[in-house]
Amino acid sequence: PSSSPLGDSHRETKSHHRPSLPAGTHYTMTNGGSINSSTHLLDLLDEPIPGVGTYDDFHTIDWVREKCKDRERHRRINSRKKESAWEMTKSLYDAWSGWLVVTLTGLSSGALAGLIDIAADWMTDLKEGICLSALWFNHEQCCWGSNETTFEERDKCPQWKTWAELIIGQAEGPGSYIMNYIMYILWALSFAFLAVSLVKVFAPYACGSGIPEIKTILSGFIIRGYLGKWTLMIKTITLVLAVASGLSLGKEGPLVHVACCCGNIFSYLFPKYSTNEAKKREVLSAASAAGVSVAFGATIGGVLFSLEEVSYYFPLKTLWRSFFAALVAAFVLRSINPFGNSRLVLFYVEYHTPWYLFELLPFILLGVFGGLWGAFFIRANIAWCRRRKSTKFGKYPVLEVIIVAAITAVIAFPNPYTRLNTSELIKELFTDCGPLESSSLCDYRNDMNASKIVDDIPDRPAGTGVYSAIWQLCLALIFKIIMTVFTFGIKVPSGLFIPSMAIGAIAGRIVGIAVEQLAYYHHDWFLFKEWCEVGADCITPGLYAMVGAAACLGGVTRMTVSLVVIVFELTGGLEYIVPLMAAVMTSKWVGDAFGREGIYEAHIRLNGYPFLDAKEEFIHTTLAADVMRPRRSDPPLAVLTQDNMTVDDIENLINETSYNGFPVIMSKESQRLVGFALRRDLTIAIESARKKQEGIVGSSRVCFAQHTPSLPAESPRPLKLRSILDMSPFTVTDHTPMEIVVDIFRKLGLRQCLVTHNGRLLGTITKKDILRHMAQMANQDPASIMFN
Amino acid sequence: MVVPGGACATLCALLALATLAGQVTEAKNSEDVRCKCICPPYKDHQGYIYNKNISQKDCDCLHVVEPMPVPGPDVEAYCLRCECKYEERSSVTIKVTIIIYLSILGLLLLYMVYLTLVEPILKRRLFGHSQLIQSDDDVGDHQPFANAHDVLARSRSRANVLNKVEYAQQRWKRQVQEQRKSVFDRHVVLS
Repeated sequence: PSSSPLGDSHRETKSHHRPSLPAGTHYTMTNGGSINSSTHLLDLLDEPIPGVGTYDDFHTIDWVREKCKDRERHRRINSRKKESAWEMTKSLYDAWSGWLVVTLTGLSSGALAGLIDIAADWMTDLKEGICLSALWFNHEQCCWGSNETTFEERDKCPQWKTWAELIIGQAEGPGSYIMNYIMYILWALSFAFLAVSLVKVFAPYACGSGIPEIKTILSGFIIRGYLGKWTLMIKTITLVLAVASGLSLGKEGPLVHVACCCGNIFSYLFPKYSTNEAKKREVLSAASAAGVSVAFGATIGGVLFSLEEVSYYFPLKTLWRSFFAALVAAFVLRSINPFGNSRLVLFYVEYHTPWYLFELLPFILLGVFGGLWGAFFIRANIAWCRRRKSTKFGKYPVLEVIIVAAITAVIAFPNPYTRLNTSELIKELFTDCGPLESSSLCDYRNDMNASKIVDDIPDRPAGTGVYSAIWQLCLALIFKIIMTVFTFGIKVPSGLFIPSMAIGAIAGRIVGIAVEQLAYYHHDWFLFKEWCEVGADCITPGLYAMVGAAACLGGVTRMTVSLVVIVFELTGGLEYIVPLMAAVMTSKWVGDAFGREGIYEAHIRLNGYPFLDAKEEFIHTTLAADVMRPRRSDPPLAVLTQDNMTVDDIENLINETSYNGFPVIMSKESQRLVGFALRRDLTIAIESARKKQEGIVGSSRVCFAQHTPSLPAESPRPLKLRSILDMSPFTVTDHTPMEIVVDIFRKLGLRQCLVTHNGRLLGTITKKDILRHMAQMANQDPASIMFN
Repeated sequence: MVVPGGACATLCALLALATLAGQVTEAKNSEDVRCKCICPPYKDHQGYIYNKNISQKDCDCLHVVEPMPVPGPDVEAYCLRCECKYEERSSVTIKVTIIIYLSILGLLLLYMVYLTLVEPILKRRLFGHSQLIQSDDDVGDHQPFANAHDVLARSRSRANVLNKVEYAQQRWKRQVQEQRKSVFDRHVVLS
């Protein structure tokens, strides 16, 4: 994203026009007095019409107008500051309201993330059993204080009863296995059904990940209700249910949506943010940083994620505020301490073992795997979502969720690695095998008579437990790869980060164990002899799991810096930056070879949102005349004249056409440009004038100029609509290359610009036209761009 | 139920925040701290896990591992392999969070049952079949002037509080209906 939608340079080019002012302000005088100063008395008589300056649903905002409105407001408050103490307080409040919003957002994001973590942990374990002594404890918390846990079976304690024990009274045996299986499936299905019903009845916008829509909203699109109170509540509640039902999804993307909802809701308490769409998006950028920060415990990574992935414009002020929001949210979550280890993420592991240069080869191999998997997942998921969108598969969303949950539960239960919560699986894979671990993944054949000290773990051959664990992990890998394709995009809140990390971690751990065994059985090879001492363990498979997780996540989202920083904040050490960067860069290059888009951009394109990607370059040599409307075969440009049209004419024009705005010209002969009027503003102003002002009828003249023309005596009163006119529309000539036009649209955040030829108005170019043109140039379907 | 629902949501969030913040400063329940020592297998002794409710400065192998399974000279070698960690949790936070979550979930379920099953039956009994069809009509007007009328109408105030609640609930239902159409039927958003 660029640093600001407006530099001050745009003012110089438009020196003979003035940005449109809301009616009722009298700033024409203080701006150095110009030709317009004589009209300010008349402007004073006009009150601001309520509703002018707002936007329709599913439309793009005008960044230039919003920024000008904000500067006007700021000037007004500053000029009144010296008048009285009350005004001084108001100006202080105005200056500090940004920090207040951001603090409140951070506090609420942290609190909600704590609620989600604790509730999800509890409900996930509810599928297996219940803690009789304290019903609100999950498995680990239930056995926390008990003395009956053994070294081999760390989670068995008498207070925790599985459902088989409670229902049929047996704890072991085939009957109890089947009963546990049935109860697991029943609980998973009921959670999934509850989740999708709540989403369908109360807040349909709460489904999906949320990040593609938030990206589009931050680039200037309006989706009313997407960041509202009901969406927030339903997303929080159903996210817990979706995670608890064992579906192959994560909660990081939805947490970003939850944080942005909090930011949006709190910004309505402050008039500085509630009336200005551009300022609101600054708060949303900070809120998304807070969301990632509580999801991963990575504050800097969260800010970088907001900068790289989510935000469109990111001024420096937003950088500081985002960091503050992320910090506040992380602090609140840490004090809630949902995981009992005073960490923000379950899979926080610290490594201190070194890595060796020859290990870069398997790391790069993991990067290639990550890139390949990312490309495969994006293609498969988009194909499935497109099929769901256009055929009858999409007609039964509730049934689809139930079927996916049923298949997941049925296949996941027998394999102990898929029965686990995905975050716990990642934690187990990240944790290296020391002498204190006793899982089957760490079942190495130890030489018990060795009397060495603890630090020097000898390299050991794998026992049977490791081989069986590798088999189960391979099956889990295939299962997760297939199920995630069908799970991402169903009508419950679903995130993508945790499943990708799980897939990468499984692949990485398998590769790590393979390399470790290779080093044990062939430690006379040149590679190992150089770096590994005989008899000492030099490979840490847990590190491979971490690198694999980063590679897969990078392959599917195509994040670069933010991913490396997030993973390095997860591990707590700078030592592993080089392997992480090698793997992430390799996965990005391999993934880019198959397609330039990450998963979020692909979903934006699938939905047809009007998102002008700042990362793509416009390489074609077309001119503005090739893209502008009207084309030769289109009806002529719909324009308004400055003082020749009546109210009836304008209403007919609005009813007959569907354009979002109309240029205003001096007369049909000269075609000289006066300004630009928006459809919504025209309809609201005319409606309000008919109600409030006497004498306005259908044949009243509409006047956009400063001075009303002289009319005969018995004609009805003219309607002055100068206040809703944008007097400084952006214009380009018809020979402007399209790459400059696209650059202007991106940097200034325009919605439309006018095309002139020899000083006369020729046509318009809108953002939708540009997107369609780009789609056509890339041989995609231009009709897929749906919104304005 | 827009205003009460939204107010309830923000109130609940703030309540959760307040209680959770309160727990941070409360005195720790004595059951909520422990020192956990994991000792791996040593010679012919099995691995074992020891838990003890002890303060942080006393959390080491010599204080926690009782009775010591190995004789005197081996104690140091045994304790070198053990790893002791001090952990604390807040069971009150967990209890309050789960109770808040389940109560909100229960309320939502009841409201959902009321909206989908009970209300149509009540409406049909009170107003007859024709009114039911009229209230389900698509009010998403595409005429621009009707939309403007809507925007201006919001600035008018209603005298009766009950009318206000009813009006707000109708508007919320319409909004959800529109959202449902966009997401589930026409698949234009969030597909």
